[in-house]
Amino acid sequence: MADLSTIIHNIKLKNPVLTASGTFGYGVEFDDFFDVNLLGGFIVKGTTIHPRQGNSYPRMAETSAGMLNAVGLQNAGAQYFANEIYPKLTKYETNVLVNVSGSTVEEYVACAEIINELDHIAGIELNISCPNVKEGGMAFGTSCPSAAAVVSAVRKVYKKTMVVKLSPNVTDIAEIGKAAEGAGADSLSLINTVLGMAINAETRKPVLSTITGGLSGPAVKPIALRMVWQVSQAVKIPIIGLGGIMNATDAIEFFLAGASAIQVGTANFIDPLATVKIIDGIDSYLNRHKISAISELIGCLHL
Amino acid sequence: MQMKKSVQNLKVISNVKLNDDHHLLQLHTPDQLESIVPGQFANILADQSQSIFLRRPFSIHAIDYQKNIISILIKEVGEGTRSLAHTPVNSSLNVIFPLGNGFSLPSSKEKVLLVGGGCGIAPLLHLAQVLSKGANDIYILLGARSAVDLVELDQYAIYGKVFTTTEDGSHGEKGFVTDHSIFGNQLDSFSRIYCCGPEPMMKAVASKAKANSVSCEVSLENTMACGFGVCLCCVTETIQGHKCVCTDGPVFNINQLKWQI
Repeated sequence: MADLSTIIHNIKLKNPVLTASGTFGYGVEFDDFFDVNLLGGFIVKGTTIHPRQGNSYPRMAETSAGMLNAVGLQNAGAQYFANEIYPKLTKYETNVLVNVSGSTVEEYVACAEIINELDHIAGIELNISCPNVKEGGMAFGTSCPSAAAVVSAVRKVYKKTMVVKLSPNVTDIAEIGKAAEGAGADSLSLINTVLGMAINAETRKPVLSTITGGLSGPAVKPIALRMVWQVSQAVKIPIIGLGGIMNATDAIEFFLAGASAIQVGTANFIDPLATVKIIDGIDSYLNRHKISAISELIGCLHL
Repeated sequence: MQMKKSVQNLKVISNVKLNDDHHLLQLHTPDQLESIVPGQFANILADQSQSIFLRRPFSIHAIDYQKNIISILIKEVGEGTRSLAHTPVNSSLNVIFPLGNGFSLPSSKEKVLLVGGGCGIAPLLHLAQVLSKGANDIYILLGARSAVDLVELDQYAIYGKVFTTTEDGSHGEKGFVTDHSIFGNQLDSFSRIYCCGPEPMMKAVASKAKANSVSCEVSLENTMACGFGVCLCCVTETIQGHKCVCTDGPVFNINQLKWQI
């Protein structure tokens, strides 16, 4: 067994496999399938200060090697999370992070303040990249000043590890990454979904109620790898890579590109056991290549 | 006790072509099947291709608890269902099941009406199977485009009185299911209506049930990515806000839904 442990700021992960927000519910949905404690950690669904109903149905379109979603941050609000859901999460021994989103800087701050009071939550992932909400969300993550503004405001109230989740829907993601780092981010996760669209040729209508949505799955993996590579060259803080990871080989490619940990997202929908298979597969890869620790692989792309 | 959901590789022990586009697959489970409620579903992995990425959800059509067999009725509508419908015997399919909540069942003998249209007839066989154990008085109304599209009528007839409608009049009464004389005549003699099929059909049935104050449950088929409540893609509007069809349904009482009926 190779050493799979990795570190994201103050969070020690026993292995580098996390789950992407919005693809793993609150963890409990997977209890029937496997012991969630086997994961390095998991990131619960996007949480906002006020409850959100999300967008109207249809919210999903299957596409080539992927899918579009337009859920729109449906959640019952931060206070409900703290009172009703958080108590169910304290049973987990692995790291639990909360994805935090908002429409204004004040909303991000208010939400982060509530999560800051929850001892068992190891950190937050600041979502400045949701493409499916009318206000805020991705708008914060597509310019350096607005990204820096929301990150520094939340930094003042949130004391533990703050990961900032970046949008791929930008001209230069490395610049946004640097702005987030400069404003106090402890780590960056990338990429969120790629803005896309699906049309039904028969009805001549858009498939999604919102017309556009976020593309995920293997279709976006080359974009995600390229961006992880670019951002890892530009910042010093650890990077969590995600985007279309379906198996251990995909995960290894992200480590080589510079990610210290990875998140499995859409794959959870197709195979709820994908994460545990990926953990085993990473171990097999390291053994096969006679590498004793995952840390020896991170950013070690042969050029 | 209700069975826990799990991911399993199930062997296809038979695959019968029922007509041009319907196949009946029997899947064998290695373990003893625990209780599965009629209306629950299975999410099945098809071979991935350029147009198939996600699993395809199917109602559980029938169960043989003695032989540990689950039957799935597949109508070919696209590439995913076509690929699954042609799964060779003795190969295996990766299945997540049982998922969702089923129909509510009467606690004592009742006169019930089951209404199915198109591939929506699938869960009604298992439902009739279970209802017949409670000695209920079961009426089953099945609608299709034409006589050739009506499948497994003999199976439904084991458990109840079967009525049919076809759009071309080639079997049973001519028209849509809601045109059937059963709706014109003492609908309130039924204590419950169970319905599954295309949404316009279910809305029409729901409206007649409501007008006659008969309790009515419908099984929805919204497109979904996961099937177990994490993607939040399959929501329907209810009086309590958006609910997932996969975990809060697929069966809903019509009073919970915000249908304009």
